[in-house]
Amino acid sequence: MGSTSAHTNEGLGRRDLIKRSAAIGLISVPTMGFLSACASSDSGGNGKVEKGTKSEKNPLGVNESAPLDFVLFDGGFGQQYAKDAVKVYETNYPKATVKFTPTQKITTTLQPRFNGGNPPDLIDNSGAEQMDMGVLVGQKQLADLTPLLDAPSVDDPSKKVRDTLRPGIVEMGQFDGEQCWILNYAYTVYGVWYSQKLLDSLDAKYPETWDEMLAVCEKAKRKGIAGWTYAGKHPYYVPFSLYPMIGKVGGREVLDAIDNLEPKAWEHPAVKACFEAYYELVQKGYILKGTPGLDHIQSQTAWTEGKALFIPNGSWVENEAAKTMPADFGLSVSAPTGIDASDKLPFGTIWAAGGEPFIVPAKAANAEGGMEQLRIMLSESSSKNFTQSVKSLTALNGGTDGIELSPGLKSGVAALEKAGQNVVNPRLQDWYVALQKEKIGVAGIGEMMAGRATPAETIKKIQKYADEAAKDSSIKHYKH
Amino acid sequence: MQHGKYRFIVGFLAAPLALYALFVIWPFIQSIYYSFTDWTGLSPEFGMVGFDNYSRMLDDEIFWKSFQHSLILALVLPLVTVGLALFFAFMLNVGGRRRRGAAIAGVRGSSFYKIVYFFPQVLSIAIVALLFQFAYNPNSGAINSVLKGVGLGSIQPDWLGDPDLALICVMVVLVWSTVGFFVVLFSAGMASIPRDFYEAALLDGASRFTTFFKITLPLLWDTVQSGWIYMGILALGAESFAVVQIMTVGPSGGGPDYSTIVLPLYVYQKAFRDGQAAYATTIGVALLVLTLAFAAVVTKLGRRERLEF
Repeated sequence: MGSTSAHTNEGLGRRDLIKRSAAIGLISVPTMGFLSACASSDSGGNGKVEKGTKSEKNPLGVNESAPLDFVLFDGGFGQQYAKDAVKVYETNYPKATVKFTPTQKITTTLQPRFNGGNPPDLIDNSGAEQMDMGVLVGQKQLADLTPLLDAPSVDDPSKKVRDTLRPGIVEMGQFDGEQCWILNYAYTVYGVWYSQKLLDSLDAKYPETWDEMLAVCEKAKRKGIAGWTYAGKHPYYVPFSLYPMIGKVGGREVLDAIDNLEPKAWEHPAVKACFEAYYELVQKGYILKGTPGLDHIQSQTAWTEGKALFIPNGSWVENEAAKTMPADFGLSVSAPTGIDASDKLPFGTIWAAGGEPFIVPAKAANAEGGMEQLRIMLSESSSKNFTQSVKSLTALNGGTDGIELSPGLKSGVAALEKAGQNVVNPRLQDWYVALQKEKIGVAGIGEMMAGRATPAETIKKIQKYADEAAKDSSIKHYKH
Repeated sequence: MQHGKYRFIVGFLAAPLALYALFVIWPFIQSIYYSFTDWTGLSPEFGMVGFDNYSRMLDDEIFWKSFQHSLILALVLPLVTVGLALFFAFMLNVGGRRRRGAAIAGVRGSSFYKIVYFFPQVLSIAIVALLFQFAYNPNSGAINSVLKGVGLGSIQPDWLGDPDLALICVMVVLVWSTVGFFVVLFSAGMASIPRDFYEAALLDGASRFTTFFKITLPLLWDTVQSGWIYMGILALGAESFAVVQIMTVGPSGGGPDYSTIVLPLYVYQKAFRDGQAAYATTIGVALLVLTLAFAAVVTKLGRRERLEF
C-alpha cells in the first residue's frame, strides 16, 4: 500500500486496475483486498533451530551452523555499519550463513511474515513504516532480551552487556515488568541546533533565559535572519526542544504526568509558560517566513543556508544535512533555553534517548543468533565504526575515545556531559505514536506555531486528545 | 441454433466469474469478517468483538473528518473535472470557427491541445504529486515565485501548510492530472455524433451554447454519466490516497490539523501505522458503502430516456 504505482501483489498496476474496473465499487478492492491478502494464514513451519552449546566464546549458546535472518531499516544511518557487524558474525561462526536484507519498507516486508508466524531473527524496526512496538509487545510477538543483557560483553567478559549501556537504554526497552523487549542501538541528543559561526557573527552567545533568547532573535531579525525555523510539515520536531524546556521549567514530574496521560497534565503552569514563550517567537515574527509549509529537509536547508538561527532537531541532523552544510558551519547543539532563574532544573537539562530500535521476534527460528548479532554490534569496535561513519552515538556507554568526533557529535557529547543527571526522556513518541505525532504535533503545536491558534486554545485541544487517548481501550497504556 | 447456448455461455463465463469471485468478492467478504474482530495486523491471533469497531467508528472524530473530506472530493471533483473536460472537448471538436468549408471543426491547434491535455495522464500520480509538492513550497516553490515575479509578493500563502487551502490544493492537482483522460473520452463520444445534426443546427442559426446543450450533451449523456461515476470513484479511492499521502503534511499525510485526511488514507494509517488492522477494515467497509451509495445515486439521478440516432 505504500507503493503508489502498483499493487504488485495483485499483479496489476493501480491505474490499470482502476481503468479496467470502471464498473461500480471495485475501487475499494485494492484497499480492502490488500488487508485480507496479508491476513491470518496459519502459522507455517514453526521450526526453531536447536540451541548450540554455551561456551566462553558463545555465551548465548548460538547454534553455530544455523542461518541468521537479519532485516535492517536502511534509513538515515545507511546499511554499511550493519554489514560490517554481519561480517564479524560470519567470522565468529563460519558455518552460519547470514541473510541480510536492508529495506525502507519495514511494515510491508515484515507484516506478512509476522502474520505467517515466520519472522526474521533480528529486525531494525525503524523509519516511517515502523511497526507499532506497543502492539508487538501486547501480542507477545517479541523475545525478551534479558539473556542478551545478562551475557558478558564482547570487550570485557567480566562485565554484563547491561552494565555497558548508556542510561535509559534498558528502561526504554521495557514496557511494564522486568523484561526488555527492545534494544535501541543509536543514542540521540535532541535539542536546539545552530551554527556557532552564525551566532558569533551576531556577536551573541547561546541564550540561557527566554529574555536573552528574544534579544538574540531581535538582533538576528535586524540583520535579516530569522530566529527559528522548524520542520513545518512535521511540527512534531518542535517538542525536541519544547519538552525538555517544560521539564526544565516545571521539573521531571510534569513530563511524567504527560506521559502517564494524567488528567490536566497539560494544564500545568510550566507547560503554559513554555507554550507562551514559543508563541511569542511566532508573534514577534522570529520564525522564518513560510516555515509551516516546509518539510524537514527544506527547513534544514534553509537553516544551513543561514536563513535561520535555531532549529529543534536530533543528532541525526548532522548526517542528514551534511550535503548542504558549509564546511565551516560550526554545527552545535544546546540544551533548550529556559524561562528564567526560577526554573526547577538548571540550564543544560536536555533530552537524550535511544533510537533505532532493534527487536528479536518471539517466533524467530534463531533468536539466539539475533541476540548474538546485537551483542557483536554493542562491542566497542562495532560501536566506534557506527559513530565514525554515521556521526551518531550508540547505546554503548563511551566508545568514543580515540576517534575524531565531528563538530555536531562533539558538541552533543559536551552537552551530555554538561547535563549530567539532568537528562529527560519523554516517552510519548514511542508509547503513543499517533497521539504524539499527529494530534499533539501536527494538529496542536503545528497550528500554534503557524500562528493559527493561541497557547490557551492549543493546550485545551491537546488535553482533549490526551484524555481521549487515555480512555481509548484500543491502545495499550503505559506508566512511568 | 439454440442448442448448447447455455453450455457455451457457462463455458466462457466460468473462468472470469471464478477469478472475480476469488479476487473481488472473497476479499470483500473477508474484510467484512475482519471488521468484527480485534485483529492487529501484526500477529495471527485475533478474537471476535462484535460491533465494537463500528460503534467506535461512529464516535471517531477523525473518521468523520475523513468521511467529510472524501464526500467533498466525490461531489466536487467530478463536477469540476467532467465540466472542464466537456468544455475542452467541445471546443476541440465542435467549438471552432468554420473554415475550409467544414461545417464543424475544433479551435485552431486542437490536435496539439489534445496532446497537452492528455499529457499528465502518462505521468504516474506519484510523480505528479511530488512535482506539485515542490511547486507548492512556500519559500522557493514555483507558485509563490510566480506571484512574486508578477508583483504580488505580498501574497505568499503557505499552500499545503494552511488548513484552509490544503484540500483545495489537493483537488487542483487531481483535476489537473485527470481532466485529460476525460477530454479524450468525450472527444471520442462526440466523434460518434452525426455531423448532419450540427449542420442542421447551424442552418437554423443556433449558437455554440445552444448547440452544446441541445445536441452535444444529450447525445453524450451515457458517456458523461460513466465518466462521472468513474471520477467519483477515483476521488474516493486510490487517486486521492496517493496525492494526499505524498503531498500533504503530517507523519503519514493528512494535512495540518487533519485538513486533508481522506478515508483511504485513514484506512492506511490505522492498518499500517497504528497496528489496528481490524478497525481499518471497518473503515474500509464504510468506504465501500459510501462508494456504492455514490454510484447508485449518480446512476439513479442520471437516468434519462435513451436517445436513438
